[in-house]
Amino acid sequence: MTAPATSRTPAAQHPEPPLVALERVERTVLIPDHEPLRILQGVDLEIRIGDHLSIVGRSGSGKSTLLNILGLLDVPTGGAMSFGGVPVRSMSEKRRAVTRGARVGFIFQQFNLLPGRTALENVMTPLLYARGKQFWQRERLATEMLGLVGLGDRLREKPHKLSGGEQQRIAIARALVRSPQLILADEPTGALDIETGQSVMKLLDDVARESGAALVTITHDPNVAALAHRHYSLQNGVLVDGELTA
Amino acid sequence: MTGLIAALVEAWSELRIHKTRVLLALIGVALSVAALTTVVGLGNMSREAMVQTQEQQGGRAATVTAEVFPASGEVDVPQVRKALEGLVERYGVEHSSLRYQTSVPFQFPDGASTAETMVVDRGYGTMRRVDLSLGHWFTRSDEQRLAPAVIVNEAFHQRLGLPDLQQNPAVQIVRERPITATVVGVVPNQWPEAPPQAMMLAGHYDAWALGGEAMMPPAMEMWVPKEIAEPLATAMSSDLAAQFGPGSAQVFRSDYAAFGDPFESIQLAVGGIAGLVLLLGAVGLLNISMVTVRYRVREVGIRRSFGATGGRIFFGVMLESVVATFVAGVVGVMLAVAVVKSPWVQDLIAAGVSELPPFPLEAALIGLGAATVVGALAGLIPAVVAVRVKVIDAIRY
Repeated sequence: MTAPATSRTPAAQHPEPPLVALERVERTVLIPDHEPLRILQGVDLEIRIGDHLSIVGRSGSGKSTLLNILGLLDVPTGGAMSFGGVPVRSMSEKRRAVTRGARVGFIFQQFNLLPGRTALENVMTPLLYARGKQFWQRERLATEMLGLVGLGDRLREKPHKLSGGEQQRIAIARALVRSPQLILADEPTGALDIETGQSVMKLLDDVARESGAALVTITHDPNVAALAHRHYSLQNGVLVDGELTA
Repeated sequence: MTGLIAALVEAWSELRIHKTRVLLALIGVALSVAALTTVVGLGNMSREAMVQTQEQQGGRAATVTAEVFPASGEVDVPQVRKALEGLVERYGVEHSSLRYQTSVPFQFPDGASTAETMVVDRGYGTMRRVDLSLGHWFTRSDEQRLAPAVIVNEAFHQRLGLPDLQQNPAVQIVRERPITATVVGVVPNQWPEAPPQAMMLAGHYDAWALGGEAMMPPAMEMWVPKEIAEPLATAMSSDLAAQFGPGSAQVFRSDYAAFGDPFESIQLAVGGIAGLVLLLGAVGLLNISMVTVRYRVREVGIRRSFGATGGRIFFGVMLESVVATFVAGVVGVMLAVAVVKSPWVQDLIAAGVSELPPFPLEAALIGLGAATVVGALAGLIPAVVAVRVKVIDAIRY
């Protein structure tokens, strides 16, 4: 049996405030002529710089909703959440977008690369929303990042000419190019074969560790989940810890 | 500042990526702008050409003409001329010319005959936009000549045997003691079978006492500012009536715009057609933009996940449309200039016009402005649609 997640570490052990803190977070969707649908219920979670978490769960258990909330794409309908110490409820949509761009990197199951653009252009795209040095040096930064994920020789290739593993590497480079503090990976190996998936996950793990960012991975794959240091499971919207079964 | 530059970079990058779609949209917009600019340009040039023709026939706006018809029916030319010249002096008119049609006997190689001769002042050339096919209009040095200078029409020139004007060809005015005049210019015939005609400066006409038979009483044409034309005509009319008796003089506006601008309706029609052309272009572009933005919902979602704000997405989609249509506008205007300035079109709209009107700058500016406005309007709805895209749904799209 599972127990509710209790991973909130005592403050004394972590003098720095958590990057993301969720307290009794709820996400409810109103459906006409039906009872409100409770997607997330009472979720408590703290994520700190350098953490590596995995969240497993069946389809429809609320994994993606939780990820969207962590990445400021969605907002809780109940409970409290802070990002970088700032209550999310007090953040305007614009502030959330700017914070997301500067501090969060997304990696999607279907890669979500922009069609028609080269690998380099794809990785440069998030830097179009940056300011100062990051914007003006976007080509150099993107080139370096693609080199880091082993695609330094494929800069001008368009995604459709690359393998699934290579496309996901581009997506990883794109997620990391603005040096985010939080990387959110939604089924990052879901569209890859086992071998390629393992190599991609190793790369993601290595790059995240080197950058010091927190990595949250949502997956069905226990092998992928096993790479994390903290493991969670979502069951009918309730987050429980310590489980590696989907 | 970085945000604006980044938005421009992004818009340009999007245009580059979606070359085919952009090209298709731009062809439509460029053709619309070309059509709009051509219509406006042609309309303005035609108007200018017609104005020039009208000015050749009746003077520039505003031309006030003073004529005297004494009740006795007998015209004392010297008295009338003195009265008309007195008007110019008293009212301080800057641009004026006598217009006095008479007949003067000339000696042609095939015999002597009279030719209709218009006696004018030097200002007549400017006021009536006199178009010369050879030689020049009367100059200040022509006024100082020791022999009268004449400008003849092509029929006169031909009857003289088409002499070279560089050689200062002479023509004799038949008198007991013949007077030798010098032909300094040739004007086109006013109609195909026109008889030989000539023009002469009033000063020369008086100096050599040519005093031919008056075909029409002398008149004075005065080019004055439009706003004072009517009160000036009224005052001059009273002035002449005091000298020659009531009803014996008339002073009136004789230029094409005397009864309002006759080209206003043409301009309204041109404007209406241009507006319609623009509307069609805008609808076409809006259609393509709407299809495009629906196709790009996922892309919008992905960009939002990178931190693109709603404002940035809105501005980006708008800017993309505006940049594209501006480029199309430049192409369209260039196309319109090429069409309007082609020799065939120029001959068609400006036949017989002395000063070929330039391509109207306002047509080019209207074309570019219209392209930009169409881009903004056609980008507005897709931009709103893009901003309202639900990010989470878009990413899964």
